Amino acid sequence: MNATQYWHCFIGIQTREWLRFWQQRTRFASALVRPLLWLVVFAAGFRAVLGISIIPPYETYITYETYIAPGLCGMIILFNSMQGALSMVYDRELGSMRVLLMSPLPRPFLLVTKLLAMGVVSIGQVYVFLLLALLVDVEPPAWGYLAVLPALILTSLMLGALGLLIATWIKQLENFAGVMNFVIFPMFFMSSALYPLWRMNEASPWLYWVCQFNPFTHAVEAIRFSLYLEWNPMAFGITAGVTVVLALLATTGFRPQRTRILGTA
Amino acid sequence: MKPFLKTTLMASLIGLSAPAFAGLAYVSNEKDNTLSVIDTETHEVVETIEVGKRPRGILLSKDYTRLYICASDDDTVQVLDLATRKIVDTLPSGEDPEQFALHPNNKHLYIANEDDAIVTVVDVTNKDVLAQIDVGIEPEGMAVSPNGKWAVNTSETTSMLHWINTETFKIEKNIVVGQRPRHVEFTNDSRIAWASAEIGGTVHIIDVDSLEQIHEMSFKVPGVNQDRVQPVGIELTSDGKYAFVALGPSNHVAVVDARTYEVLDYLLVGARVWQLDLDKDEKYLYTTNGVSGDVSVIDVEDLKVIKSIKVGRYPWGVVIDPSS
Repeated sequence: MNATQYWHCFIGIQTREWLRFWQQRTRFASALVRPLLWLVVFAAGFRAVLGISIIPPYETYITYETYIAPGLCGMIILFNSMQGALSMVYDRELGSMRVLLMSPLPRPFLLVTKLLAMGVVSIGQVYVFLLLALLVDVEPPAWGYLAVLPALILTSLMLGALGLLIATWIKQLENFAGVMNFVIFPMFFMSSALYPLWRMNEASPWLYWVCQFNPFTHAVEAIRFSLYLEWNPMAFGITAGVTVVLALLATTGFRPQRTRILGTA
Repeated sequence: MKPFLKTTLMASLIGLSAPAFAGLAYVSNEKDNTLSVIDTETHEVVETIEVGKRPRGILLSKDYTRLYICASDDDTVQVLDLATRKIVDTLPSGEDPEQFALHPNNKHLYIANEDDAIVTVVDVTNKDVLAQIDVGIEPEGMAVSPNGKWAVNTSETTSMLHWINTETFKIEKNIVVGQRPRHVEFTNDSRIAWASAEIGGTVHIIDVDSLEQIHEMSFKVPGVNQDRVQPVGIELTSDGKYAFVALGPSNHVAVVDARTYEVLDYLLVGARVWQLDLDKDEKYLYTTNGVSGDVSVIDVEDLKVIKSIKVGRYPWGVVIDPSS
């Protein structure tokens, strides 16, 4: 195998993902509706709630909109990754995933490329969201938009790997609703996306610890800090570590023929 | 020595002898009995100075060598020497001084004595009490016009602005404004005065020539209950472009177009924002946030709050020394 072949494969998978995205342009827009509703409607009611404490990386008091914007960036990636997992289950059922995995290139390479391709679409959505957030005065420093990119890539890899891992467990497409209830919502609500953790600690210490152990919290903090040009090694370290573990588990555990075997069993 | 080298050496020596800080802001901490000194370049507290009990109103002498401090619970006005940063003198002030204003002659200090319903005028050079003027109940805010003609006192319970002629020390006119007037600020040309009414939630614009109110404005901070919108401190930019109004427990500073009296924006700062001051170049506006115990820094050009600096408990007044 030489580099050209890898590159061909990489481009092929990216192109396929873009084609899929292009055919589902309305999905791109509709996926933005959810975080925008949170930002414009939900946050409006809590606007002044957070003006009582200064927490890093912010240097002064912030509105609730400003606080939840990084969490909503995480939310976009979270939903997309789970949707990506869904599409992998779908692909597997229809066999196109098997076609992809028939490639002689190593499976981990194929799967990570697939995750990156899904991430590119998510990150595009995050940037559109951040631009729209300017309308409600969420104004991170200009360089923050660039500085946040590594955090966004890392987050999309981590959540994509999680999605992939879930996809290996899901037997049928119908089971996906369960993912919603057991993965997306707990991950999102039990994190620092909507409330700062000190607040959580005041309300309930055990919930605080649940949030601390939720990797999504650290992904959101990595996004938050880098968006405001601050470096948070702990958030990055934990997100990267979890990404590696999930990717290893997912790539070694992915069985394209699972449905068939289970179906015939 | 070559001329070039000489100039360079001279320049570096001058550079070395220049003060270490670009500008200094002084903040009175009501409950800590201290002043916090903030470097306005780095926006960091560089020193804390012990002063008398319950320091509230503070102001600079016109030559920027002394800082006057109302030590309310000591019933005195303290004088801080800015070179040594030591209290060097005290002035008679009457009981419970809270706010005061210095006449442009750098001598006559007008002090509002809340409990006695009087304004005391003290000559700071010889400590003589020149006059005690009866005003309304609970006198609070104090201002002297830049041309030195008028001293204005606000009385909280009477809800009036008392216009005192600085030559005769007599009240020439009373203007009724909103409930609990707190603070008066003059434009540089002494032609317009802005007065805040805390409970009324209003700011009153007074034409000084006719001593008539020409406009009254109120504020609506999005997402904040109206009874928390309580205007207190006011600061005007010298170019006549903006007026900044501290809105107390609403935790916001209103940015007002000083020509059209239109509110342009509300900036989120700390809890119970009280007094304001601009730095020399009018690049930054400092606000004292009493309940949250910090000072917020507003970038005047961008109209953005860039930082909040922890100071002592209950910061009350702030002045930025333009000479430093």
